[in-house]
Amino acid sequence: MGAGHAHPLHLDHDSRVHRLPAEVKIVATLLFTIVVVITPREKFVAFAGYLLLLVGVLVVAKVPPGWLAKRATIELPFVLLAIALPFAGHGERVHWLGMSLSVDGLHGAWNIFAKGTLGVLASLLLAATTTARDLLLGLDRLRCPQVFTQIATFMLRYLDILADDARRMRVARLSRGYDPRFLWQVKAFAVGVGALFIRSYERGERVYLAMVARGYSGRLPRPEGTGATTADWVRSATLPIAAGVIALVAVLA
Amino acid sequence: MTASLTIEDLHFAYPDGREVLHGVDLTVGEGERVALLGPNGAGKTTLVLHINGILHAGSGSGAGTVDVAGLTVNPADRAGIAEIRRRVGIVFQDPDDQLFMPTVAEDVGFGPANLGLKGEELKQRVDEALAAVGMTEHRDQVPHHLSFGQRRRVAVATVLAMRPEILVLDEPSSNLDPASRRELADILRALPVTVLMVTHDLPYALELCPRSVILDGGRIAADGKTADLLGDAHLMRGHRLELPFGFDPAFAAARLPST
Repeated sequence: MGAGHAHPLHLDHDSRVHRLPAEVKIVATLLFTIVVVITPREKFVAFAGYLLLLVGVLVVAKVPPGWLAKRATIELPFVLLAIALPFAGHGERVHWLGMSLSVDGLHGAWNIFAKGTLGVLASLLLAATTTARDLLLGLDRLRCPQVFTQIATFMLRYLDILADDARRMRVARLSRGYDPRFLWQVKAFAVGVGALFIRSYERGERVYLAMVARGYSGRLPRPEGTGATTADWVRSATLPIAAGVIALVAVLA
Repeated sequence: MTASLTIEDLHFAYPDGREVLHGVDLTVGEGERVALLGPNGAGKTTLVLHINGILHAGSGSGAGTVDVAGLTVNPADRAGIAEIRRRVGIVFQDPDDQLFMPTVAEDVGFGPANLGLKGEELKQRVDEALAAVGMTEHRDQVPHHLSFGQRRRVAVATVLAMRPEILVLDEPSSNLDPASRRELADILRALPVTVLMVTHDLPYALELCPRSVILDGGRIAADGKTADLLGDAHLMRGHRLELPFGFDPAFAAARLPST
């Protein structure tokens, strides 16, 4: 499969999880997340079980826990929101360390925290073991509409160039003594964003022209290569199936 | 010698009324390497976009015919246009405009895949084109991570993969360091295709193209041996063409490998 497009969420090494085709990993992550989300929030044991499953994947994928934890901080803003819930909630209240907390709010906060963390960890594991390019290939093989995969493919290619453009424009601004400190000095930045938009728009036209010159007629060629085998599907199905079993047992118990 | 490209009495004005071409006549023989010189705004890019039918009389107002290896550009004929675009490979000035796929090999495969090639045949085309520009070992890399000179070479490969009849290069030497410039020249010289090179880089034109034409004011103003045109100071000045400081075309022409 095509060599990796480096992105900060990808961990470039080899493991059994890395070798799985992208589409089976996408489906497994999606199903796992669905199971996590529909689990009733009071089934605390089930969530511990899910976490164990993810730890298992982490070990097989040889992803360093610290590396993953650092990237999981993306979840923090949502956790902050969750912390507010026990204080703002209604209904029955408990007192703890002199604080009056709503039981319903505590449950709500736990719900967001547990499900959010598990979802983020699962997605991060997917990202860590799959290059952006392979993710797109996987989506394509899962019959995701070509419009979406095409847009994402172009984004993947041009995001770096756009960032470079933006960086160069910023350096050029700074070199001419631009040092914004107050809100009303932001004008040059805003104009820069506009200029970047127009440059990207014009580049879009040039790219299209270059594509038409090479016979583009509205469809990108489908990437070649073999898809997932049954063995791959079975192997990756263990994660959502195990999660499903945990959920069932927890609910029935 | 059969003609790779025949342009007859080509006129063109953009929809906003800007008249650019006023009757261009140009014939390029098979296997020839011709430099298209001219000041900014002479209509070089407009002319190039006519060669593969992206611009045509219908996209503004114009007249005249363009013929690529015996096939006339006719925008109404979709299959014909597809064949014209296979025969004419345009390498645009900014490789970032041309390279848009996630990996080098996929980008080189884009053109042939549009021609309907698949599997082994497609792979072979890609390998062949990458080998021709010496970029085989970079096939799985992301275009963004290559140097500018490497990207320019990949851009050449993307059109070579379509086995074009005529290769049209827009400012091939721009932004290249001298080493990349020479490497590209070696590659271009070794290619067995007709080359039309649009450039402001007169020494490069002399180095690569035995013949040059000057486009100015929407017409072919001069057509002849590159060394003769560059040596004619009066002609050059008349069309806002200037040689780099200290460059002597007669001296340089005498040092060319073989003509």
